[in-house]
Amino acid sequence: MTSSGFIDRLKTGLWYENPGLVQLLGLCPVLAVTSSFVNGLGLGIATLVVLVASNGLVSTTRRWIRAEIRIPIYVLIIASLVTCIELIFKAWFPALDRSLGIFIPLIVTNCAIVARAEVFAARNPVGASLVDGFVMGSGFAILLMAVGAFRELLGQGSLFARMDMLLGGEPMRGLVFTDGGWLLAILPPGAFFSLALAIAAKNALDRRRHEKLKRAMPRRA
Amino acid sequence: MKDAAILKSGVTLAAIAAICTALVAFTFQLTEERIEANEQAWLERSLQPALSGLFYDGSVTESKIIVPPPHELPGSDAAIIYRVYAQGAPVAALFVVSARDGYSGPIRILVGVDTKGTVTGVHVLEHRETPGLGDRVESTKSDWVAQFDGRSLVDPEPGGWAIKGDGGQFDQLTGASVTPRAIIKAIRNTLLYYDAHRVEIFAEVTAESNEEEEAP
Repeated sequence: MTSSGFIDRLKTGLWYENPGLVQLLGLCPVLAVTSSFVNGLGLGIATLVVLVASNGLVSTTRRWIRAEIRIPIYVLIIASLVTCIELIFKAWFPALDRSLGIFIPLIVTNCAIVARAEVFAARNPVGASLVDGFVMGSGFAILLMAVGAFRELLGQGSLFARMDMLLGGEPMRGLVFTDGGWLLAILPPGAFFSLALAIAAKNALDRRRHEKLKRAMPRRA
Repeated sequence: MKDAAILKSGVTLAAIAAICTALVAFTFQLTEERIEANEQAWLERSLQPALSGLFYDGSVTESKIIVPPPHELPGSDAAIIYRVYAQGAPVAALFVVSARDGYSGPIRILVGVDTKGTVTGVHVLEHRETPGLGDRVESTKSDWVAQFDGRSLVDPEPGGWAIKGDGGQFDQLTGASVTPRAIIKAIRNTLLYYDAHRVEIFAEVTAESNEEEEAP
């Protein structure tokens, strides 16, 4: 794949077809764990790793798998990978594992992963599938981090608190701007509002760019 | 689907299942020791808030008693008691109990009681209280639980074991009165239990030695 091809794929995963923002896949984790930046980052990384590995495995085995049994096989592959990731989190990031709780095993049910296996990895070579897993996983992870940072900032008045859960060492308070914050932001409704704002912002940006393009090239439009 | 096709599908599924199982088994082997060490460390660390200022020997978690329900301690699930010793003499007992009447479900708390019946520390282990209101009982969010350090059944007198709004002596949390009430009640009931059972608690053999006796 050429480098411009990779950049195009990256743009697709991060923006035009972002699994969370545009395809609205895997909303359960997006809404549930994004009460802080570190939670979003942790689950984002876990999902990214699972997505790259599952795309790789599905693509490698795609020639031997009959269409009738492909879904059980995807489920097997994804469930095994998630179990491995869970064990690795428990071993090396125990605090983060505690904080994310059930949402690590629930990556199995993240439809973004099955969707990429079915839509992309099952019909494309290994290299392209790995790239696809990486760009889609990154798009998802960045959304989790952005919503997490936004909610943490509004709800607790801090940013990057408890990064020690990923980095190790003493508990870190992160950047503290105020003591306490707007409670609604870290409650479940805050998750819906934040995601809605993110989607609205993306659509507004897209529309503005579209209109600019139209004005620049009136004859072609 | 023809028989050959079914067979082929079955074999493919079995092969992939075997590979996936091997992958999980290998990861498990790789992480097992670290996970166990982490859980032990987490347990020891979660007991620390009730041990501050005490001198004690070795590992507290070895002297664990599990009290199955029904029992007179707070909560309807199993309570755990850790005995703390220094040179063979009892120093304190740590109780892991549940305050049943939290705002949203039981609150798991750790209460340390020294041999004089004084609270050595209280720490909230698990809860589902409202973020920003009831969750200030967590020691990382406010020092509300610190007010119980050094208290006992006679300090304050029985009537004082309540939040100020209810005529007691303990601070309340703005916007959350159910949570503090539940915790105060659980601490007081733990102290009452300790007062009534202190001899048995330290006389009882540990859960581990129990298992050894039962083994053939």
